[in-house]
Amino acid sequence: MVFSFDLLFEALLFGVLLGCFYAAVSIGLSVSFGLLDVPHVAHPAVMVLGSYFTYVLAGYGLDPIVAGVVLMPAFFALGILIYRFYYETFEKRGSEAAVRGLAFFFGLAFIIEVALILGFGVDQRTVHATYIGSSLSLGDYRLPYRMLVAFGVALVLTFSLTIYLSRTFTGRAIKAVAQDEPALRLMGANPVAIKQWAFGIATGVSALAGAMLIIVGPVEPAMDRVYIGRTFCVVVLAGLGSMTGTLAAGLILGIAESIVLMMFGASWAPAVAFGLLLVVLGIRPQGLFGR
Amino acid sequence: MAAPLLKVQGVSKHFGGFTALSEVSIAIAPGERFGLIGPNGSGKTTLINCISGSLRHDSGSIEFQGEEISGLPAYRRTRKGIARSFQIPRPFRSMSVLENLLVPYEYVVHLKQADAEQQAMEILRRIGLADKAHALANQLSQVELRKLELARAMAAKPRLLISDEAMAGLSGSEVDEVLKILFSLNAEGITIIMIEHIMQAVMRFSQRVVCLDAGKIICEGAPAAIVANPEVQRAYLGA
Amino acid sequence: MKYWLGAAAVVVIAFLTAISGANEYFFYAAFVVLQFMVLATAWNILGGYAGYVNFGTAAFFAIGSYTAVVLFKWLGAPLAVQIVAASAVSGLLGFGVGLLTLRLRGIFFAIATVAIIFIMETMMMNWRYVGGATGLQLLRPDVLQPFASYTRMLFFVMALLAVIAVSVARYVQVSWIGRGLRAIRDSEEAAECSGVPTLKLKLFACTVSGALMGAAGAPMPMYLSFIEPASSFSLNYSVSALAMPMIGGTVHWLGPVLGALLLGSIQQIVTVTISGEINVLVIGVLLVLFVVFAPDGVLGLFKKLWPRRS
Repeated sequence: MVFSFDLLFEALLFGVLLGCFYAAVSIGLSVSFGLLDVPHVAHPAVMVLGSYFTYVLAGYGLDPIVAGVVLMPAFFALGILIYRFYYETFEKRGSEAAVRGLAFFFGLAFIIEVALILGFGVDQRTVHATYIGSSLSLGDYRLPYRMLVAFGVALVLTFSLTIYLSRTFTGRAIKAVAQDEPALRLMGANPVAIKQWAFGIATGVSALAGAMLIIVGPVEPAMDRVYIGRTFCVVVLAGLGSMTGTLAAGLILGIAESIVLMMFGASWAPAVAFGLLLVVLGIRPQGLFGR
Repeated sequence: MAAPLLKVQGVSKHFGGFTALSEVSIAIAPGERFGLIGPNGSGKTTLINCISGSLRHDSGSIEFQGEEISGLPAYRRTRKGIARSFQIPRPFRSMSVLENLLVPYEYVVHLKQADAEQQAMEILRRIGLADKAHALANQLSQVELRKLELARAMAAKPRLLISDEAMAGLSGSEVDEVLKILFSLNAEGITIIMIEHIMQAVMRFSQRVVCLDAGKIICEGAPAAIVANPEVQRAYLGA
Repeated sequence: MKYWLGAAAVVVIAFLTAISGANEYFFYAAFVVLQFMVLATAWNILGGYAGYVNFGTAAFFAIGSYTAVVLFKWLGAPLAVQIVAASAVSGLLGFGVGLLTLRLRGIFFAIATVAIIFIMETMMMNWRYVGGATGLQLLRPDVLQPFASYTRMLFFVMALLAVIAVSVARYVQVSWIGRGLRAIRDSEEAAECSGVPTLKLKLFACTVSGALMGAAGAPMPMYLSFIEPASSFSLNYSVSALAMPMIGGTVHWLGPVLGALLLGSIQQIVTVTISGEINVLVIGVLLVLFVVFAPDGVLGLFKKLWPRRS
């Protein structure tokens, strides 16, 4: 165990960057699970799928972030498809289908993971860009550029989504459908169409999140498993349905993980998210800002 | 009144920033027929949920038969004698109608299967579902599901039965049928709280009525007086 | 009564087969299928009967294996003791996870079981006594008479465990506990208001389920003479334990048995003729297909094709 205030400060800085990255990666789940109540355990797998598509596009010379943005419409459509399918097959049928819905997403995540193994092998994949590999020096501290890029994209993403949900009509309808579906129906809006749209947005955002994932570090097909822990930790800690909470929760997780990484090494870091999740579920399941 | 069967004192319940119940106090005498009315969203079902234990109230106290039950989980309260039906029926879909009733018989009354089945059939006959005893619950019509809700609550042999909009969607003669059952249960000594929108049913049945609006009690008294009360009329028409 | 005669017959047949001259590969394949049968049956007690999905079968299974290793290394305990200890520890783990999350919605329990895999795997990888990430070799004692090899003996042990697991599942299913669990699955709120102590029953099912999974894991170290985290915590256990009951049928104890036989055999065939990865993909695809199109599983299909007159 190594400890010094310098290292601690650097871990804190890194943790803040990492935390914002985790928030951005979780924000899609905040919408699909937090607001829409879809048991979307395949969310990280879809994101990893986005990483691999980014990898492929980057192979054609595209900058990874551009690739992520390019993928967003396609993933938006994919999201609509998935939700439609989920709704018709499971949600409509009521609570007896809840177990099956969960098993479905689990199976979906699994299929994506195995398909990626078959397509790309189990080795890690990375992308290259000018900002990957070098660091910004601030006095004695070094902040990797790739983390700063991810941090920037993360802030933009979180900010825009929060504004969208609170300022636009569709956005507010999405929040409303989470809280009071009958009232929405009375207003003449179609809840299913709104939820579908929301799920599409959440999946589209996952494409960009996937691009950031492969910028921040190498990816491999089984990564979705550890990200189930991280994304659900952030979403639950934030409180279901709270967008601003996602940022706060992401920061808490990022800093916690960064400190554990510094003190105990890389093998314990993935367990932090899961451990924190269990603690939150045990003492305060409604999270920080939950209803 | 002499020792009330159910005493609700200063009960409040919040959901995030929304106040569903605000300092609600009610006392119900043993054997009473009690009506609870109020517009949609006024907190009636929330109050029932707090009494039955499906929800924990945030402040105040609830006493049943002189005993504080606030900390008890719902299944304990049912075993103490509080049974309720659900506004939107929640049958055990994978079980037959008869089996649905066997659950409370097993878990509340602790009867052996043979005795339980006999008594369950009695209830089904009384409520008019005897011919569907072996049909799966998910094959019942809406009306039959509401009757099943009531039958299941009856199977728990309660001291206090809470009927949450059991008559919604029933025809005039079906309403009479259910009212007759509730009256006969009351004659056996069971205290009944009835939540209904069908005013003529509430008027005929209740000895005392309370009206809720936006989580607060706005008046309490004899049925005729309540219905004539201008505040109640305002609450329903929305001013 | 008929059931117990059948169960006894299975045990006798298994024993006779184990001391017969059958092909060694048969025992290997049968061991794997029987192991899945225990896992699937255990999973179904909580997942099928009560409706709470466990994604973390691998954790309970692996902790059973590691408990067996610890007992063997520390006390030289015989297999029977290892199995009992493994059940106890995994049962306790099930109780703990349940206590933490079974008051919440089903998805939180499911995610908590994923968390358990990660946390347990990380702990085992960092524990040198059991070999850490690289694993531990074990020197097994001589195989017990009258069995000619460990494969044969452990085949018989697993057959015994399968009979025990199915018997437990059957008891839970037909007893008052089973009706309570079904009420919880159909409508937990109504069950609670009908006097069912939902948390207690869920905890019971979770503990029993975990214990049986641990028991299934206990013979593995003796089987392989080796233990390591990566294969012990393999995702395949979690997916198979979930897929087999969902495909076989979740309402009845026969479902997981059928599912294990069917899927286990498919797995053996595909792994041998095509590849290990395709095998895993096949399981996932079959799971999704059945969950979408045949939710009552193979048992449900039988009921539709040959309905009983009631």
